[in-house]
Amino acid sequence: MTNPIIFWLITILVVGSALAVVLLRNIVHSALFLIVTFVGVSGLYILLQADFLAAVQLLVYAGAVAILIVFGVMLTVRGDIKNSNMFNSYKLSGGIVALVFFLIVERIILKTDWVLSTAAMPESTVGPIADSLLGNFVIPFEVAAVLLLVAMVGAILLARGEGKPQ
Amino acid sequence: MITLYHFLILGALVFSIGLYGALAKRSAVAVLMGVELMLNAVNINLLAFDRYLNPGSLSGNIFAIFVIVVAASEVAVGLALIINIYRDRLTTNVDEFDWLKW
Repeated sequence: MTNPIIFWLITILVVGSALAVVLLRNIVHSALFLIVTFVGVSGLYILLQADFLAAVQLLVYAGAVAILIVFGVMLTVRGDIKNSNMFNSYKLSGGIVALVFFLIVERIILKTDWVLSTAAMPESTVGPIADSLLGNFVIPFEVAAVLLLVAMVGAILLARGEGKPQ
Repeated sequence: MITLYHFLILGALVFSIGLYGALAKRSAVAVLMGVELMLNAVNINLLAFDRYLNPGSLSGNIFAIFVIVVAASEVAVGLALIINIYRDRLTTNVDEFDWLKW
């Protein structure tokens, strides 16, 4: 069973660093706290006994996506880096929307009667995931491969810019 | 005793924080960060459902893998768009991307 102390520690880490991502004024600090959030979420995956997804989360999110975002920051931000991550004119109304959304979802979660199952997770999830990906889910798996290829080629074309020789 | 409710509320909280970031930040890169937070919250929910409602099938794990694939390609294309617009306009502030207005 999940250890409550570990769960609450990871929860504080994830929520605190997610708040830091949104509220800090320096976008480089935001990007670094985004990596902390991703690592904390991978700890949650371990608590949920999804060992393969925890590894993927560390590799893809904390490794690749966060580094891409740091690249985006470094290639674009100009001016005073201390005030590079300011709020726009929707600071108040956006906060109200997010808060109302959270309260509605929280009510729905607490009111629903979830049909809990007592069956145990598989000892290792890698083998069953591979069986599903190459069995029932083989079409979405191949489409995901094509999507990644198209996105990669499109990103290269877009970032290269047209008509400008490299 | 940690139950499904804890994980779902945590997912809703992270999603709301990401929604706030995506709605209220000025920099387009910060908006992308908010979207990433929301996708992570969805993955927490998917894995929690998988663990507590239907542990044998692992379909939540499969869906989380597809969400991660889409998130990775979304970040790549989004950053390429931001860099392209930045080259044109020398800004990444979403409230200055207004040249479709008349």
